[in-house]
Amino acid sequence: MNDVSPVSPASVAAGVPRPRRPSAFSNALVFGWRAVLKFRHVPEQLFDLVMTPIMFTLLFTFVFGGALAGSTDDYLQFFLPGILVQTVAFNAVYSGMGLSTDLGKGLFDRFRSLPIWPLSPFAGLMVGDVLRHLIAGGIILAIGLMLGYRPEAGIAGVVAAFALLVAIGFGMGWIFIVLGLLIRTPTTVMTVGFTFLFPLVFASNIMVEPATMPAWLRAFVEVNPISLMTTAMRGLMGGGATVGQVLWALAAPAALTLLLAPLTLRLYLRR
Amino acid sequence: MAMYDVANEYGTDRAGLYRPAISARGLVKRFGDVAAVDGIDLEVPRGAIFAILGPNGAGKTTLMRMLATLARPDAGSASVMGHDLLAAPHEVRAAIAMTGQFASLDEDLTGRENLVLLARLWGFRGRAARERADALLAAFELSDAARKQVKDYSGGMRRRLDIAASLVVTPGVLFLDEPTTGLDPTARQRVWRMIRDLARSGVTILLTTQYLEEADQLAERIAVIDRGRKIAEGTSRELKAATGSGFLHVALADPAQIDAAAAILQARLGHPAQRNVEGARLNVVAGSAAAANAGVAALLEAGIELSDFSLGSPSLDEVFFALTGEGPAAEERADATGAEA
Repeated sequence: MNDVSPVSPASVAAGVPRPRRPSAFSNALVFGWRAVLKFRHVPEQLFDLVMTPIMFTLLFTFVFGGALAGSTDDYLQFFLPGILVQTVAFNAVYSGMGLSTDLGKGLFDRFRSLPIWPLSPFAGLMVGDVLRHLIAGGIILAIGLMLGYRPEAGIAGVVAAFALLVAIGFGMGWIFIVLGLLIRTPTTVMTVGFTFLFPLVFASNIMVEPATMPAWLRAFVEVNPISLMTTAMRGLMGGGATVGQVLWALAAPAALTLLLAPLTLRLYLRR
Repeated sequence: MAMYDVANEYGTDRAGLYRPAISARGLVKRFGDVAAVDGIDLEVPRGAIFAILGPNGAGKTTLMRMLATLARPDAGSASVMGHDLLAAPHEVRAAIAMTGQFASLDEDLTGRENLVLLARLWGFRGRAARERADALLAAFELSDAARKQVKDYSGGMRRRLDIAASLVVTPGVLFLDEPTTGLDPTARQRVWRMIRDLARSGVTILLTTQYLEEADQLAERIAVIDRGRKIAEGTSRELKAATGSGFLHVALADPAQIDAAAAILQARLGHPAQRNVEGARLNVVAGSAAAANAGVAALLEAGIELSDFSLGSPSLDEVFFALTGEGPAAEERADATGAEA
């Protein structure tokens, strides 16, 4: 008996009083904390998230801006709300990749074998997503302000626009969570994600007004959810947004959540 | 009268403390056409280390995943610590902990953060969660690496952290899927020592392994499975008795003599010789050192030159050979591995 040292695996395993089982909400908070820790340990991930939109902003403003809108200043005014939509759409792909990585490593096997609320790991992913959207959006906005962008609707407009942005990111997030659950290779999640997103983002009113497009394409651009979101963002930041515009912008995220949240749970619990 | 009393005693035991930790009947799991687990019964007593021994793709991991509620059986039933696997998976989860084959840790976080995360998920709050994490780190000799990211851990450190992560609360049953696969001998010894120590606390441990030596070193009872079926079960001693106490291994200088050599060994030792044409090797149950000696002498008398010979304990392949009359099927193994992944 003497050979059992005071801190051996046996001594640490035996006789631990079990704490009371925590609530679903408390489980979700723990996963949110994990997302925050990830930011602390892997700050590089922000670089991936903001580099593309920063390059897009500079490229479109200074190379194409004058030709497209008469002056670079006018173009930036038009373009910035849209690039924020593009940023959160692309960001959502990364959370799918993260999920696919976790699943591949068996981390979720541990979570699934714990007596916790099954959706709580996803709540954590969502917290991470919201943080990513806010940080990336904030950086893009700051760069826009430095380049001369002026949100005419003031601070209230920007706050409302960012709230919409988070809602958009939340809705789009489900698409990539489902992809992350279905596809076991993170790079494939990225390829599939971007293949799906590119036509949606480019065949939209983010970069140009659809007036000069052929009629068939214009018809698509006008109903493209990305266009509806961009229109609402422009309205909120530049002033003059209507309730209708905002509701249309929220339609796709709401539909995606209603459709894909139950599917996510089904796929996750499938065994 | 005495017989009656014994039976009565058993009845009492079964209803109480000595009810098995795991009891499974006819478990089946199919992936497409392949039955990864093809009707397995299992009875694991409380407080024991029980090993499931088999080659890659035999169905070990799938069996364990079913018992840990991660895979739903296609047929059969099981209870874990008295909770039905299908009817009460949440209760089963509260009674078990599983350390998977691939480190189930967050590589970006530190070792300590991983444990604090799990402690909080089990309901420890704030300071209590941190204290629990520190105690586990100390017990698994990881205190120095507590603040390092897991991606910088060695294989052995990961394994230890992974096992520690399964002990945040005392589990009724601890599942360990191939706890030392891929570890160097020193790290393996260290993990073995910790598993043995852990068993003293009364935790029931079910582990899978492809190494006979590991099962032999750790487990009181071993179930041998192949191609989704249990082909033998018993103590290490019983299994060895079934496979013969000693195996004679010979390597021939001239591969052309393999048939003649096999015939001589079978005639002399009374057991069929297992051929390994590649390398012109023969393995045969020898029973005793004297018998092995006689077998070698008979070969030399017949003018068969040996490049090497040895008497050793049976390898996993030889256990299979002795139990089934054939080696584990290599091609089917590859298929089943694919399905399991």
